[in-house]
Amino acid sequence: MTILISVAVITSIAAVLAIMLTLANSYIANYGECRILINNEKECVTEGGSSLLSSLRDSQIFIPSACGGKGSCAYCKVKVLEGGGPVLPTELPYLSEQELKDHVRLSCQCKVKEDMKIEIPEELFNVKEYKACVEKIQDLSPTIKLLRLKLNDPAEITFKAGQYVQLKAPLYEGNEEEVYRAYSLASSNADKDYIELIIGYVSNGICTTYVHKHLKLGDEVLFNGPYGDFYLRDTDREIVLIAVGTGMAPIRSILYQIEAEAIQRKTSYFFGARTLDDLILSEEMRSFENRLQNLKYYPVLSRPRVEDQWTGDVGRVTDLIQRYITDGSNMEAYLCGSKAMIESTVGALKEKGIPEESIYYDKFD
Amino acid sequence: MIEVSPIVILFAAIFTNNMILSNFLGMCSFIAISKELNTSLGLGQAVTFVLTATTILNYFVYHYVLVPFELEYLRFIVFIIVIAAFVQLVEMILERYIPNLYYALGIFLPLITVNCAILGVSLFMVIRQYTLMQSMAFGLGSGLGWTLAILALAGIRQKIKKNKVPKGLEGPGITLIIIGLMALAFLGFSGIVQIQ
Repeated sequence: MTILISVAVITSIAAVLAIMLTLANSYIANYGECRILINNEKECVTEGGSSLLSSLRDSQIFIPSACGGKGSCAYCKVKVLEGGGPVLPTELPYLSEQELKDHVRLSCQCKVKEDMKIEIPEELFNVKEYKACVEKIQDLSPTIKLLRLKLNDPAEITFKAGQYVQLKAPLYEGNEEEVYRAYSLASSNADKDYIELIIGYVSNGICTTYVHKHLKLGDEVLFNGPYGDFYLRDTDREIVLIAVGTGMAPIRSILYQIEAEAIQRKTSYFFGARTLDDLILSEEMRSFENRLQNLKYYPVLSRPRVEDQWTGDVGRVTDLIQRYITDGSNMEAYLCGSKAMIESTVGALKEKGIPEESIYYDKFD
Repeated sequence: MIEVSPIVILFAAIFTNNMILSNFLGMCSFIAISKELNTSLGLGQAVTFVLTATTILNYFVYHYVLVPFELEYLRFIVFIIVIAAFVQLVEMILERYIPNLYYALGIFLPLITVNCAILGVSLFMVIRQYTLMQSMAFGLGSGLGWTLAILALAGIRQKIKKNKVPKGLEGPGITLIIIGLMALAFLGFSGIVQIQ
């Protein structure tokens, strides 16, 4: 009897509170339909109450976001001209004074509660969501895979070599949230009906675990893109490409572009890896070097093992810069790698005389 | 039931029986959000409000639902559910109707739902057999005491921000030592009034 009573009491207390919250949710937290006017031309109507980022995504407008709306990557900045309330403390660390003056907000933190007027870069209208199926999964090393996705709907993608897409990791056993993660396009932008991504395994990484442990040939995947302002600039300067690890991806795409467009600028590619296993796509890079007269490829290992029998350069990409670049004043550099690698490399490049405005980089987290 | 005036309980909860400095409850947000005076003040106000309100709510739930059914042993679960639901509700109301207050306080609300000081006060209320007036005073006093403590800590932390701290003690380490010293100082108040 006591058991029944206690169960009944607990249940009814919980039920009363639950009903109260449900009522509150539908009456108090109901903001009705809100209109978002984008760049003074496009208007979309959405159900109020959720973040600007997800409201826009529902309206098929994709703002880049690598962290999935947690307010930690600061990719999803948009200009909010009207509506949206004051800037939240969660956004402040990511906004500069200039951005605050320009009404820049993190769209994942800013909630839609009233009609809004916003401004986004024009090229984001070009961003679409793509359905694709897995055509190839290739092991480049024990921890790095190359993924080829054949596009189904839409059937073609237009992008600039060096840009990235966001791959959606769905729910799977052990993962209870859908997330989007950014990966650079590694394939040639002349191939419009498929894309290739290079994905390294990160233990407990939601998306990398999905790709490495769950994804099979023929599976359907979703991604959106392309995003990013990391692409080859049209100048006469010598090109210096620098990457480590999976930072190979956008550089590979740029190499395809150099070949397809027969760009005659002198090019050096410094690629750093830990051991011989991590030195991915070596043969392909050598064949690029054979086909492209102006390209020189410099691989470097930071920790070669005895069995690697490595006779090439040892150290980091910054050591290559010291060794092979003498005068950088007429050079232009494209960097791709971790935050630490970018910081140290930018320093080394500046010492060699490459002007800061000619150094472009894509930071991987 | 002990015969102590609610006013005495109010002041005792602030000074002699301070939630943080004599019971060491509510530590996590106390350490995490005490870097700046302004945010500390916001959090302190939120804690005070939630403490006072949930203590009263839980008083009624305990005495008018749990006691008649002889289900006192369920108080842990029930108190937590009530606190969580209440905080959710307040957050929604603030966000909709008083946005300014929401931006000042509301963002702290989810942080303190699971704050042990909040549950602790409700449980002390039961253990010490307070009346309604005494419970209200105890809830309010504990909240004020919490605010006082976090403001003091934030003030100290702001002062020593530029000072050199041994590597291993940076951040939470030195903060815990500071809290320990503050607790010793507050020990000076003990014995003035006794409420337990």
